[in-house]
Amino acid sequence: MGRHRRALRQVSQYGIIVFLLLLCAYFAYATGGKFASPTNIANVSRQIAINMILAVGLTFVIISGGIDLSVGSVLALAGVISMSILRDGLSIDTTVFGRHFEATLIPVLPILIGLPFSAVTASLVGGGLGAFSGFVITRFRVAPFVATLGMMTIARGLSFVYTDGQPISPLPTAVRTFGAGEHAVGPFAVPNLVIVALLIVVLGHILITRTNFGRYVYAIGGNEEAARLSGISVSSVKLRIYALCGALAGLSGMLLSTRLASGDPKSGAMFELNAIAAVVLGGTSLAGGSGTVLGTLIGALVIGVLDNGLILLNVSAFYQMVAKGFVILGAVILDQVTRGSE
Amino acid sequence: MENTNGTPALQMKGITKTFPGVRALSDVGFEVRRGEVHALLGENGAGKSTLMKILAGAQPMDSGEILIDGKPVHITSPQKAMELGISIIYQEFNLVPYLNAAENIYLGREPKAAIPGFVDFSTMYSEAQKVIDNLGVKLNVRTPVNRLSVAQQQMVEIGKATSRNATIIAMDEPSATLTDHELESLFALIHSLKEKGVSIIYISHRLEEIFQIADRVTVLRDGHYVGTKDVSELDKDEMIRMMVGRELKEKIPKQTCEIGDTALEVRSLNRKGVLEDINLKVRKGEVLGIAGLVGAGRTELARAIFGADPIDSGEIILDGKAVNIRSPRDAIRLGIGLVTEDRKSLGLILGMVVRENISLANLDALTKLGFVNHREERRAALQFIEDLMIKTPSCEQQVQNLSGGNQQKVVLAKWLFTQSKVLIFDEPTRGIDVGSKVEIYQLMNRLAANGAAIIMISSELPEVLGMSDRIVVMHEGRITGELSREEATQEKIMWLATGGE
Repeated sequence: MGRHRRALRQVSQYGIIVFLLLLCAYFAYATGGKFASPTNIANVSRQIAINMILAVGLTFVIISGGIDLSVGSVLALAGVISMSILRDGLSIDTTVFGRHFEATLIPVLPILIGLPFSAVTASLVGGGLGAFSGFVITRFRVAPFVATLGMMTIARGLSFVYTDGQPISPLPTAVRTFGAGEHAVGPFAVPNLVIVALLIVVLGHILITRTNFGRYVYAIGGNEEAARLSGISVSSVKLRIYALCGALAGLSGMLLSTRLASGDPKSGAMFELNAIAAVVLGGTSLAGGSGTVLGTLIGALVIGVLDNGLILLNVSAFYQMVAKGFVILGAVILDQVTRGSE
Repeated sequence: MENTNGTPALQMKGITKTFPGVRALSDVGFEVRRGEVHALLGENGAGKSTLMKILAGAQPMDSGEILIDGKPVHITSPQKAMELGISIIYQEFNLVPYLNAAENIYLGREPKAAIPGFVDFSTMYSEAQKVIDNLGVKLNVRTPVNRLSVAQQQMVEIGKATSRNATIIAMDEPSATLTDHELESLFALIHSLKEKGVSIIYISHRLEEIFQIADRVTVLRDGHYVGTKDVSELDKDEMIRMMVGRELKEKIPKQTCEIGDTALEVRSLNRKGVLEDINLKVRKGEVLGIAGLVGAGRTELARAIFGADPIDSGEIILDGKAVNIRSPRDAIRLGIGLVTEDRKSLGLILGMVVRENISLANLDALTKLGFVNHREERRAALQFIEDLMIKTPSCEQQVQNLSGGNQQKVVLAKWLFTQSKVLIFDEPTRGIDVGSKVEIYQLMNRLAANGAAIIMISSELPEVLGMSDRIVVMHEGRITGELSREEATQEKIMWLATGGE
């Protein structure tokens, strides 16, 4: 029995990679090569990049035993704020108590400075919102599900307030050139977004495997009280976890907006579910305490390939959702079965 | 045991129960007469709870026989026990907090209305009110249970039992959380149940109560039957002798060390309802034993010193300086370590490997600029594995796969690694094999010899007597006495642990 379980466990760890390869092979064959065409691959990988960055942040949250439902909305708010700064700069033009204030805080920056600046702004906005969720969770002992559900609505609402419901566009053409553009890495033209996403994966992997912060994330997810009694400041670690997740959501918001050349307050709806699915498919336990960033990388690839392949096969959007749901269920059931005896 | 009242209501014969590595009950006999209050006595771990769990159908026995009114019965499940008229009232009540008293009394067997699936609430409320009134208790059965006092909740539990026509009611420490006045009402209720022919099994650590309420006493010790006596022919000393009268089996390798200055002092520490005016000192090189029965507040004291629970008032003085400990993090920085009683849920992170558990409380020392020095961490872990002879295939083994003794050694390694100056051990050898026990005692000796101050909480009297240089005894959140190593005996400790004068 034990041996079977162990075998099954190994399959489920590497099985997801096997599954990914089979899926790619099948779509390449079934779409008559369309799936494997360079344009499609570039296109798919750009979509995956956004979900992957979100999912890396969520991996930290989920390993710590929490959840963050607000990433999609935070993405939208950070997206519109960063795009408006990129387009208009930041100025105050308001009347308080009959006195008129007008000041330019941030001018419209040249694009080479403006892009990194807006990325940092988006991360700060997202990080701030995440820290707020973390504060609510640790200070008032609100369940992460509920706290981030609240933040999900708050951030979505704020992004509509900020934009009056209108997308931020048009944007300078250079923005789209970055978001949809590519960069030569050796013989390959790799989309810029993919480069950023892979960088985030590598940094996330290092953070969770090599730093004391990463260790504390696992410890809190594995046994919060034991972690506290070992002198870990659980509240401050949790706060940083949610801030990190929010910052990555903010960054994805900025990246997505550059790709679409528009800061859309409606963007990111349901993105949290795709990101959570990627984390879970990657072998991270929703119960907390175990998981890897590299697993999440694979999980995000599976979700992205599945979405894209089904579109290319002209499967209706409705059935796509059904198929994706079953894949997620299957992966989680497999995880439960292999975990069973522990 | 002669039967003066005809057939006993309950007979348990030759009950044996083994848990992995421990014989919890061996060949225990127990009988209760109709309309009798029978006290079940014994130290922590004597086997009282296990015996009651078997009676309640919550745990199967390995061998033995149970007879009710002289007829052999097979109690295979809690439902079966209830059908046979057995009700157990545990210390932790089995009540649903948001349902009212009547709904709790009839939970799972609500009176049915004419329409299938609906509950006949009016019958339920009137019947439940009758049950409660019959107990002589003033209580509205429409009150949600979470708004009742502990004493009232207990009455609801008893009402649940009587409404099922229970003929045997076992009460596990029913008085632990009651005020004196509430206790009087409980005793009055027990008397009236007794008159109705209900047999009561009464488990309590408070010997005075047993003299007040019980007719007979059965004493268990280390899972063995010691004897049954009429309360009228016993006094407190003799009861204690029956409970503790055992040989010191294990040789405890105590080494007395040179005792230095005061390392830690606790001054008038209070925590409402838990700890009352605690004063104690422990010196460098000294092992201070803290004895007491379950619920005496020993673990709570350890947690309060360690900053794991908040305190209402009091001072903690470390090396002559008053310190402010508001979290375990503060305590650890000040050089205090706590080896918790429950290592699986509090001491270890089971899904983590040995190396990670050992370094957990001292990871910052291994970290530079946020990065953990894995080589150094591994080296330290391997050193402790060798030093403490932790049996593990490698330092990359998950601790959940280790035996209890080796898990405990991992916890100890964690605190050794922090180089704690004051170490609090809470039941350090519970559930551990004899070999590992001796190693843990030797480790304590070594720590004391190196100048550490050790506070050891233990329910095992031989361990307390064998390892401590000084013993403090607690009872209901207070310190009831202090004994030097020379003057301490099992009887004296038990006397203080049951309240002293």
